[in-house]
Amino acid sequence: MRYEAPETLKSAVTMLAKEKGLAFVLAGGTDLLVKMKGGFLEPDLVVDIKRIKGVFDITKSATGFKIGAAVPGVALGEHAALVKAWPGIVEGANLIGSKQVQGRCTMVGNLCNGSPAADGVPALIAANAKVVISGPKGKRTIPVEQVPVSPGRISLKKGEIIEAILLPKRPANSSDAYLRFIPRTEMDIAVVSAAVNLTLDGKGTIKDARVVLGAVAPTIIVVPAAAKALIGSKLDAAALAKLAAACSAACKPIDDKRGTIEFRTKVAGVLARRAAEIAYKRAGGK
Amino acid sequence: MSGVHVTTTINGDAVEFVCNADEPLLDVLRNRLGMTGAKEGCGTGDCGACSVTINGRLVCSCLVLGAEIQGAKVGTIEGMAKGDKLHPLQQNFISHAALQCGICTPGFLIAAKALLDKNPDPSEEEIRFGLAGNLCRCTGYDKIVRAVQATAKEMRGA
Amino acid sequence: MPLDTNFTNQKFKQVGTRPLRPDGVDKVTGRAKYGADYNAPGQLIALVLRSPHAHARIKKIDTSKAEKLAGVKAIITSADLPDLTAGDRGMRDMLENCMARKKVLYDGHAVAAVAAIDQTTARKALKLIQVDYEILPHVTDLDEALKPSAPVIHNDIFTEGVEPKPTKPSNNNKRASFGHGDIEQGFKDADVIVEHTYKTEQTHQGYIEPHACVANVSPDGQGELWVCTQGHFVYRNQCAALLGMDISKLRVTASEIGGGFGGKTHIWTEPLALALSRKANRPVKLTMSREEVFRCSGPTSSTSIDMKIGAKRDGTITAAHGVLRYHGGAFPATWAEFGAMTAFACYDLKNVKSESIEVIVNRPKTAAYRAPSAPMAAFAVESAIDELAKKIGMDAVELRIRNAAKQGTKSSYGPVYGPIGIGATLEAAKNHAHMKAPLGKNQGRGMACGFWFNFGGQTCCDINVTPDGTVTVAVGTIDVGGSRASIGLMAAEELGLPYENVRVVIADTSSLGHNDMTDGSRGTFSTGLATIAAARNCIKVLCARAAKMWDIPEDAVVWEDGHAKPAGTNAGNFPPLSIKEIAAAAGNTGGPIAGHNELVADGAGVSFATHICDIEVDPETGRSTVKRYTVIQDAGKAIHPSYVEGQYQGGAAQGIGWALNEEYIYGKDGRLQNAGFLDYRIPVCSDLPFIDTMILEIPNPNHPYGVRGVGETSIVPPLAAVANAMSNAVGIRMTHIPMSPPRVLKAISARKH
Repeated sequence: MRYEAPETLKSAVTMLAKEKGLAFVLAGGTDLLVKMKGGFLEPDLVVDIKRIKGVFDITKSATGFKIGAAVPGVALGEHAALVKAWPGIVEGANLIGSKQVQGRCTMVGNLCNGSPAADGVPALIAANAKVVISGPKGKRTIPVEQVPVSPGRISLKKGEIIEAILLPKRPANSSDAYLRFIPRTEMDIAVVSAAVNLTLDGKGTIKDARVVLGAVAPTIIVVPAAAKALIGSKLDAAALAKLAAACSAACKPIDDKRGTIEFRTKVAGVLARRAAEIAYKRAGGK
Repeated sequence: MSGVHVTTTINGDAVEFVCNADEPLLDVLRNRLGMTGAKEGCGTGDCGACSVTINGRLVCSCLVLGAEIQGAKVGTIEGMAKGDKLHPLQQNFISHAALQCGICTPGFLIAAKALLDKNPDPSEEEIRFGLAGNLCRCTGYDKIVRAVQATAKEMRGA
Repeated sequence: MPLDTNFTNQKFKQVGTRPLRPDGVDKVTGRAKYGADYNAPGQLIALVLRSPHAHARIKKIDTSKAEKLAGVKAIITSADLPDLTAGDRGMRDMLENCMARKKVLYDGHAVAAVAAIDQTTARKALKLIQVDYEILPHVTDLDEALKPSAPVIHNDIFTEGVEPKPTKPSNNNKRASFGHGDIEQGFKDADVIVEHTYKTEQTHQGYIEPHACVANVSPDGQGELWVCTQGHFVYRNQCAALLGMDISKLRVTASEIGGGFGGKTHIWTEPLALALSRKANRPVKLTMSREEVFRCSGPTSSTSIDMKIGAKRDGTITAAHGVLRYHGGAFPATWAEFGAMTAFACYDLKNVKSESIEVIVNRPKTAAYRAPSAPMAAFAVESAIDELAKKIGMDAVELRIRNAAKQGTKSSYGPVYGPIGIGATLEAAKNHAHMKAPLGKNQGRGMACGFWFNFGGQTCCDINVTPDGTVTVAVGTIDVGGSRASIGLMAAEELGLPYENVRVVIADTSSLGHNDMTDGSRGTFSTGLATIAAARNCIKVLCARAAKMWDIPEDAVVWEDGHAKPAGTNAGNFPPLSIKEIAAAAGNTGGPIAGHNELVADGAGVSFATHICDIEVDPETGRSTVKRYTVIQDAGKAIHPSYVEGQYQGGAAQGIGWALNEEYIYGKDGRLQNAGFLDYRIPVCSDLPFIDTMILEIPNPNHPYGVRGVGETSIVPPLAAVANAMSNAVGIRMTHIPMSPPRVLKAISARKH
C-alpha cells in the first residue's frame, strides 16, 4: 500500500483517478482503518486529504453552512452557530463512536461508508443538505440522499471526492432533532434511528417537515407520509400517532445481530415521535 | 514495501521513524518506538486502551496511520508525569484503587486528562460519558469515576 | 447468627488498612509490562490460520506455497504436535483444542500456524495455506444438540453417569445428580409450586488484554515462555507435557495480566508458539487479535435450566428440583455439574435434587468465567424463589431469610456448613436504606442471593530478609487485581514491619515450587496462608539469630512489633533487636535469613452475597437502565478493603452486562457474528451507576485472619437480581438472559395483546 498526502484537491483527484488498484480517501479513517485491520480491505493507495486547504473549515454564509470534508465530529459540536442552527445534525454527528472517534470521524466519511445505520446522515437528509463533489470532470453538487446506493456502496465515480457538505439557510421558526436507539448508552451502532426537521409558522403550526429513518431499510429513507402527517398540525397526539404509524409502515428492516424486524418497526415510530417533539420545541413550538 | 519516513513530536521530543504505509500509529509507538504504554485491546477503536492525543485531540492510536502524524504533536501516557512528579490523575488513580489489572489505565488517564482539560468541573454524568470510549472490565468504573472527581476537585482548588 | 467468633476480636495493625498498591506507579505510567509488551531480540511474529467452518473434516492441508514465501521461518500443523497424551482424555482435548487434528469443531478452531519475520509476511503466508475441508452438519444450540437428530460431534463420547452405559455416542458427555431427601413427597407437601424453564446465552469474560506470549525454545530442549496467564506453573506443566519437554526445562514468566476472570486459566496458542519457536530456532511472539479472543478462547456456557420449587403458605420451601443443561463447547466438560452443585447452596432444604447434563456443541471450548456456572443456576433458582414469594404473598427477602442455610445446614451438594454469611447478608439487605428508597415510574427493584465455593490448592511462598532488614516475598499466584498489596499487608502484619518495607514479587516457575492457578478466589486466601506461615517460619529464624547474638536459648526469645525481645526477665536483660540489626549481623550468625512455606490450602471457606438492583425500563423500546445497585457480601476478613470493594463492584458490573446485553450470536452457518467489542456489548462507563458495597466479616475458621475468597461470588447474584428487578418493573417474568431491548419489548408487547 502507498500513502499519499497531497496538498491540493486537484492532485488528490488525479491520484485517485490514475490508480489502477484499490484506492481510498483517508480523512478520519475511523471506518477505513477498521476495515483494513480486519482484512476486509487491502488498499493499494490511500490518499490522505487532510493537508488540503479548507478541509477543516466550517464557514457560514448567506446561503447557509459549508462543512469541510475533514472536519471531525468534535469540531462540529464546538461550533456554536452551527449547533444553534442545526442541533439535530450536530447531535447525530456527535453520536458517531466515542470521544476518541469524535476526534477523527467526519460526516463525509460517515456518509461515504454507505451504512444505513450511519448516525451522521439522517439529519443531513432531513435538512436537504447537499454535497460538493470534485472529480476528474470537475465539480458537481448533489443531494446527500443520492450518495448512498446500497449497504456499503455509494454513487461516487472513480476519482471523485466529496470536498464539503452544504447546509441550507435556516428559515425562521425551524429546527431539527435526531434520535437513535442503541442498547447501551454509547459505543453502539444504531439499531433504528430517526431525524426530523420542522418549520413552523408564527403560531406554531407545522408548515414544512421532513422525516428520515435509519437502519430500517437498505439505505436511509425519507418518509414523505410521515412529513405529511405533521404538516398543518401543532404536533397534537393524533398527528404524532399518524407520524409513528407512517414511519412503522415505511420500514423494511432485517433481522440481524443488532435487532429484529419487529423491534425496528415498532421503535422507528417511537423515535420519530420523540424526535418530532424535540424538534418542535426547538423550533419554538409550545 | 517501501517505508514512509515520518518526522514528528512525541511528548515534546523530536522523533523520526520509518513505517509501513498501512501501519497504525499504535504499532509504530509499541513496536518501533518501544512505547508500550498504549495498549491494543481491540485494534478497532472500540476499547480506548490505545488512547493518545494528536495536536490536543483525543484519538485512538489504532485508528490513525503512523504516516499521518508527520509534523504533529503526539501525547502518550509516557509523557503524562513530569519528571518524578505524577499527574494528579495518576496519583488519584492509585490512591482511589481505580485500577485492578491496569491494562485500561493508560487509556483512561489520557481520556480523563482530555476531559478535564476541556471541562475542569464535570458532573458525574459528564465524566461517565467522557470516558464511555474506554472499556474497563475489572472495576465497574466506580472507583475510576471517583478518582476523576477527586482530581477535578483537587485541580480546581490548586 | 454467630457473628462473633474469637477471630473478630483480633486486633490488626495493618490488615484492614488501605495502603497504595506496589505496582501502582508502573501501571499509571505505562511502564508495567503485559503480555504483548515484551519483545525478544530476533523474534518472529506468529499468526494462526483458523477454520471458517463450525464442523468439518480436514481432508488436506497444503503449506508448500506458504513455506516458499520469503521471510516465512516455520509453519506447523497438527502433524508437528504429535499426541503424547497417553490416554489422558483431558490433555488430548486440550491438544486438539490448541490445533485441530482430523476435524475442525468450531468456527475459529486453529488448523495451522505460521512464524515469519514480520506481521505482513505472516499474514500473506496464512493466505497461501490451502485447507481442503469436507463440511459436516453442525449444531451450536445446546437444546438442539441433545435431540436425537443432532449431528454427533465426537463418535467416542458415551454419556457418563447413566446406567447402563449407552452404546450409542451422543453430545451429552455426562450426567450427575446432587441432593437429599424425597422431592416427590416434598412437592406433595407444597401449597404452591413454581415451575419454569430458564435460558441464558453464552458470554465471554471480556478481559481487555488479548492473549499474548513470547516463546523461546532452543535445540537443547530448554525453553522460556513469557505469557499473560492466571497460572504460569499450570501453563508450564501443560505446555511441557504436550510438547514432550521436561517440566524443569521450561521456564515460564508471568507478565502483568490485563484481566482474566477465568479466561486465562487454559492454554490456547502457547503450545503453538513454543512449537513454532522450536521448529524455527528463534523466539516467537504470538498475540491474539480481539476477534480471535472472542471466536476461539474460552467463553462460558450457554444454559437451559428446568426449575421447580414448592413451598408451604408460611414460606417454608418443601422441595426444590433443577435440571441444568450447560455446554462445554466442542469438548466434554463438567460445567453443568458446577451449576447443579451451586444452585441451591444458599438454602436449608429438606428435599432437594439438582441434576446436571453436560452438552457438546460446535462452539469454542468453554473455560471458567468467575464463579463458573453459578450465575446461571442462581438466575433460575432466585427467579423461581421470587415468583414463589409473589404467589404466597410474602416479601422476597423474608422468604429467603426463612429458608436461608446456616451453620450446621447440610448443603444441597453434600458438605455440612460451618459458620456462613448468607443469613447475615440477607438481614443486612432487609435493613439497607436501598430497600426502603422510593421507586419512580417504570422502575422495579429486585434482589437475589449467590454462593461460591472458593478454592484452596497448592501454594508456596519464600520470604527473604535482605541485608538492610527489608523483606522480599516471592509468591507463585499472579496478581489479577491488587493481591500484591494484600500479601504485603499480611507479611508486614506478621513480621511487624512497615508495609513499605515489604516487596512482593511474582516468581517465575524456576524460582519457586509449583503453585496452582489464581482461580477460585484463592489468591489472597491460599497465598495469604502460605505467606503467614512463611513469615512465622522466618520469625523463628530471626529469633534464633537474636538468641545467638545474645547467647541465650532460642526459646527464650519472642518476636514483638518487628523486634526480637527476651521472653522474660529470666531470659536476660537485653534491649530489643530490630530486624535491621539482626539482618546486618546475619553473616556472622548463620547466613541469609529466610522463611519458606509449602502447603495445600484447605478450608477455603464458602462465600455468600445478596445484591439489590433498581432498574428503569422504557416501555416503548424495552431499553433498561440500572439506577441503583448494592452489593452485600461476606469477605471473612477484608485484608485490603479497597480491593475487596473493587472485586464486589467488578463482579456486579460483569453480571449486569450479562443480564442485559452480552451474548454470543451464532448465524445459521455456525459462525460467530459478533466477535468484537462493538457488538459484544460489555457495559461502558455511562451505562452504570456507582455500585454501593457493604463488606461483612464472618471469619473463616480455616484461616488465621478469617479470610474467605472474595473475587467470584459477586458475579453470582446479578443475573437474578437484575431479572427480578426487570420482572417487577414490567410486570412480566423474564426467563431469558440477556434481557436485551428486543426481548423485553417483545415481552411487553405480548402482555398488551
